[in-house]
Amino acid sequence: MVDLALPQGAALASRRPILPLQATGLSYATTQGTWVGPVDLSIGAGGVTVVLGPNGAGKSVLLRLLHGLLEPTSGSVTWNGRTADRDARLRQAMVFQEPVVLRRSVAANLRYALRIRGLRGAALREAADQWLDRSDLARLARRPAAVLSGGEKQRLALARALCGEPEVLFLDEPTANLDGASIVSIESLLRTARDLGTKMIFVTHDLNQARRIADDVIFMASGKVCERAAADAFFETPETPEARAFIDGGIVL
Amino acid sequence: MQDFGDAFGLAFGLILTGDADLAEIVALSLRVTLVAVAVSCLIGFPLGAATAILRFPGRQGVVVAMNALMGLPPVVVGLLVYMMLSNAGPLGVLQLLYTPTAMIIAQCVLVTPIVAALTRQTIEDMASEYDEQLRSLGVGPVGQIGTLLWDARFSLLTTALAGFGRAIAEVGAVITVGGNIDHVTRVMTTAIAVETSKGNLGLALALGFILILLAMVVNGLAMTLRSQWMARAYG
Repeated sequence: MVDLALPQGAALASRRPILPLQATGLSYATTQGTWVGPVDLSIGAGGVTVVLGPNGAGKSVLLRLLHGLLEPTSGSVTWNGRTADRDARLRQAMVFQEPVVLRRSVAANLRYALRIRGLRGAALREAADQWLDRSDLARLARRPAAVLSGGEKQRLALARALCGEPEVLFLDEPTANLDGASIVSIESLLRTARDLGTKMIFVTHDLNQARRIADDVIFMASGKVCERAAADAFFETPETPEARAFIDGGIVL
Repeated sequence: MQDFGDAFGLAFGLILTGDADLAEIVALSLRVTLVAVAVSCLIGFPLGAATAILRFPGRQGVVVAMNALMGLPPVVVGLLVYMMLSNAGPLGVLQLLYTPTAMIIAQCVLVTPIVAALTRQTIEDMASEYDEQLRSLGVGPVGQIGTLLWDARFSLLTTALAGFGRAIAEVGAVITVGGNIDHVTRVMTTAIAVETSKGNLGLALALGFILILLAMVVNGLAMTLRSQWMARAYG
């Protein structure tokens, strides 16, 4: 039985929540065209929201706009009615398709993220050890992160994102380049995060994965949100032709 | 060819007999160069990293200037530092001209742009990989500079060695501000210059071999330390 109580857990729980997230008229355009938008959506606490759609639908761009890594061309994102400040930023995390590991040991990667969130001394070491165990990386703790396999690197990136107990975790196709065993172990870590109460917003174009993990689905095509529904309803009775074509394996342009 | 053979013999003779004058010159060369490189790294590492990370008006101009200053002519640098430190100059009151400190200052002026420019390139390359991840973790620009400098530390050792190579081999600036005074400001390169001008080509060549040997030893030591440092850093 895994102990889910983290040293900093009580402090985080007592704060004002940052969800719901509200995107209003959100769009992103460059000289090459409009990538996303306009998008209006609201995402509340709990569970896994899967952003589904074909390649080029604008899923990853939407994720970066919500997380604040891209400045929208127009529109806004608010967190529980407020614009994102440093506190809201520190209560979000993101895992990328290509994991970026710092050129340090596995344990030092975790300690780095914990230090940013204000942990020091014994509390920091305890939290780092806990996440090394949870991510099954304890035996690799002193190894340079750069020499890990792709699956191990992604587990480390996920553990590093989760160790600060984010309220919201964005995931941009984190299992796209991994083998089956690595996907199973990543999804197991995600279940741990769900049990901790972390809201996950998960981008994928893998229908099977979406069926496994989604509580609700945002379906995108051509930079726009075509459909938003609970997962069961979406997969049983998709409402838009684009979603139906995607689920049936047709090409969506 | 005979000159080369004689010079090799002379060089080894000087080393094996522990020539006191040679030891003094080598020690001063190392002291001046290592202090200059250390100061240049203290300035150049954060300056280069800040230029790589921060976005400000005129940044491109700073990058171009930094790269151009890598090719500063040593004699010109020596002349400028000489004018600053001479009695009529703004820093004349410090009475530093013809001292090892003046040589260190001149070498710093030469080496700092090299360290800063190479650091900027190293950090900029790494930042393109780290940027989104660090911003996602909530790391601001100052934190990013510190993180990238630390993660690039093994690459930056090579940058420091490039600065060392420039400084240890440099003669124009140190001879202008140091004056090549025996037992005071004579270093390897100025000694080679003076022996050449006196026609002692064999001794000059021998000193040249020792200088090359010295540079190789320092680089070898640095690389060995780097390997041990990496092993210790990662257990």
